[in-house]
Amino acid sequence: MNHANGTGTPQRLRVQMRIRRFNPEVKKEGWWGDYTVEDVAPNDSVLDILHQVKWKHDGTLALRRSCAHGVCGSDAMRINGVNMLACKTLIGRLANGSNMVKIQVEPILGLPVLKDLIVDMEPFFEHYRSIMPYFVNDKPVPDDGRERLQSQEDRERFDDTTKCILCAACTTSCPSFWADDRYTGPAAIVQAHRFIFDSRDQAPGERLNKLAEEFGVWRCRTIFNCTNACPREIEVTRAIAEVKHSISTGQV
Amino acid sequence: MPRKVHTHTFDAVIVGAGGAGLMAALYASRQVNVAVISKLYPTRSHTGTAQGGVGAALGNIDEDHWEWHAYDTVKGSDYLADQPAVDVLCQEAIETVVELEHMGLPFDRLPSGRISQRRFGGHTNKDTGRPVHRACHAADRTGHMILQTLYQQCVKNNVNFFDEYHVVDLIRVGDSVRGVVAICIATGDFHVFHSKAVLFATGGWGRCWEVTSNAHSLTGDGAAICLRRGIPMEDMEFFQFHPTGIFKLGILITEGVRGEGGVLINNEGERFMEHYAPTIKDLASRDVVSRAIFLEVQAGRGIGGKNYVHLDVRPETVNHYFAKDGENRQIDAAYIEAKLPDIADFTRTYLGVDPVKEPMPVQPTAHYAMGGIPTDVDGCVILDAENTVLPGLYAAGETACVSVHGANRLGTNSLVDLIVFGRRSGNHMAEFCRESELLPLPEDPAGEIMAEFERIRNNKGGTKQYEIRDRMQQTMTANVGVFRTEETISTAKAELAHLQEIFHRDLEIDDDGLQFNTDLLEAWELGCLLDLAEVTTLSALARKESRGAHARDDFTKRDDETWMKHTLCDLIDGEYRLSYKPVVLGRYEPKERVY
Repeated sequence: MNHANGTGTPQRLRVQMRIRRFNPEVKKEGWWGDYTVEDVAPNDSVLDILHQVKWKHDGTLALRRSCAHGVCGSDAMRINGVNMLACKTLIGRLANGSNMVKIQVEPILGLPVLKDLIVDMEPFFEHYRSIMPYFVNDKPVPDDGRERLQSQEDRERFDDTTKCILCAACTTSCPSFWADDRYTGPAAIVQAHRFIFDSRDQAPGERLNKLAEEFGVWRCRTIFNCTNACPREIEVTRAIAEVKHSISTGQV
Repeated sequence: MPRKVHTHTFDAVIVGAGGAGLMAALYASRQVNVAVISKLYPTRSHTGTAQGGVGAALGNIDEDHWEWHAYDTVKGSDYLADQPAVDVLCQEAIETVVELEHMGLPFDRLPSGRISQRRFGGHTNKDTGRPVHRACHAADRTGHMILQTLYQQCVKNNVNFFDEYHVVDLIRVGDSVRGVVAICIATGDFHVFHSKAVLFATGGWGRCWEVTSNAHSLTGDGAAICLRRGIPMEDMEFFQFHPTGIFKLGILITEGVRGEGGVLINNEGERFMEHYAPTIKDLASRDVVSRAIFLEVQAGRGIGGKNYVHLDVRPETVNHYFAKDGENRQIDAAYIEAKLPDIADFTRTYLGVDPVKEPMPVQPTAHYAMGGIPTDVDGCVILDAENTVLPGLYAAGETACVSVHGANRLGTNSLVDLIVFGRRSGNHMAEFCRESELLPLPEDPAGEIMAEFERIRNNKGGTKQYEIRDRMQQTMTANVGVFRTEETISTAKAELAHLQEIFHRDLEIDDDGLQFNTDLLEAWELGCLLDLAEVTTLSALARKESRGAHARDDFTKRDDETWMKHTLCDLIDGEYRLSYKPVVLGRYEPKERVY
């Protein structure tokens, strides 16, 4: 909590935190929990504030988190109506110059809420598993016992989509997914892209066939919510477009 | 409250789904029926945050040999590593890294199409002492790519996962293991996993300290469970402080930044590592660089007199020192962005600092446990100085102590450790399961741990867990950090004893529910941290010398005559007992470390 802002003198903020609560062991309906946290530094994260609430105000608050610096993908949530990672969203950026910051936090949309900010990730991972999210190459490995070769250009081709951390911020910001959760969703398409455009992989056709089906890439209406939501700055909509193009042209 | 206990049966259970656990799972599941149990979704594991690279003497850029990698590892360990184990690590690193490529891992490439390698702290040409390109990397997210690739392969091979099941006890009967007890986080139900073998791959315990690169989930569960079930902890006084954590936040800035030419600068604009390590300067071993930063700060040469220095990777700075070192190359901003994209993102996000335009404020951050559950080179857990194996019990990765890291781990060797010893222990465990019978469960195998959880859940006393955690982290950072003395360690020891008392008497949690009761689970994790902090402190107090990451201000020299030995710390009837085990030497004779 005592993060100084680089080398400068930290300004102190007051945060009014409104958290969407739900606990089926307590009651059937959800409610809003309001908490005030004082003495917040501008580069404290939303996760830091949630920890303050959990540790000092109400230990029953449930959320997922682990690495706390935007790499593990545990803490995607809806912050002031937009999907973000709580650990990568700094209070100073939500402050708009005021010393009093109002923040509303809700679970990501489109997946069943289990308790407070925790949703059931199983449907998300089911879509992930459906697109063969693994390297396929049954050819013998090089005789010299060394690595397969790949040109720098071929490696660069799919670099962007290797960054995905499966946080679900994209999929749960997608109106097409909200409308019908049978849609494969942007995250799984990003994962498919990572293999389809890897020159070493031998199963692009199978993945493209799956994604050409009813709930595949054509559900995407190019709304760009996914790209805006991605904490890893992956050009998700572009990746989906490249998969669409491959399906249309039959070329990778 | 009396609850139903669920029982599952497998040949082997693997606890933890980071690099070591998944590697073991891939191998073991080819031969026997395996369950992987993890308190996180596997892709959340901390392996995913490893940045700079995985060391292997592929020699893709310059001449290299696994023996040189072994030499650097042994020297980095301050001669405390067991050298036959280091030979296994460095020899098998090569084939294992190649195997990861065959599994599809997207390493960066050289113009030749081979795996790209970069320089890293402490990796040298043994003949010249100059830095060598040995760290195989995928941008600065090598750990992410290893974790993703291994998980993908596990999905491909239908490995059984129990995601968000929190293992809280080991079922040990005499000198055999019968499985583990876990809590299903979603329901709060207890599950007994009955098995022939158990592998702990649960990572480290950096959360004992205040400023750490470690995830909130790194609470040393596996190590603490083993300690409580009669397994000694080895070399716990050796905990690595990585020199370049983001100031105050502790988030790691990879050594790869210095591998790409970045330098450390003090308040006088001086590249101070020239004084501490004249040959390889900023690429000296981590313990050496962390101490240098500490000493610069102590001498009043921290930036603005504060307790941090600058890590400067601005192209003009890097090129200036390249020219000074007679290195015939230049880099530009685009190169930094391509090679270190995540680092640039971290510093922009958390500091508002653009690393191609400004230097980054850094300080040492608690990073890596060299010590842990003692094992042999096949991951078999050993019980004493005579290397007596506890059949069926395995450990791999950071939670294990083979020992290949000795008193200070060489950069990149954490990832090497995961994949090499993850693979070896997976294979050995499968072999063991094929030759062994499933022994019966004892009566009420979950009873004892369920009672402990009920105690924590119902205890009243008014002390919240964060109060205890904060005090533990503060005392460990202040007193068992980069430098220690008898006095500071004793202060920590007394404080920890007091905190243990509060933990057992006054801790009160808020959540008395069952589902996703993370309040309860975090309290139990705090108990693990307290135990491991105590073991660390007692081991550190006893070792009256300075070696690797254990730097005593009151015993400043390494003392091979008395202290060339591993510490073992047992918990027997509530009392900690220290004993020692010889170091296994090999091809490299101990000598003074100079970089």
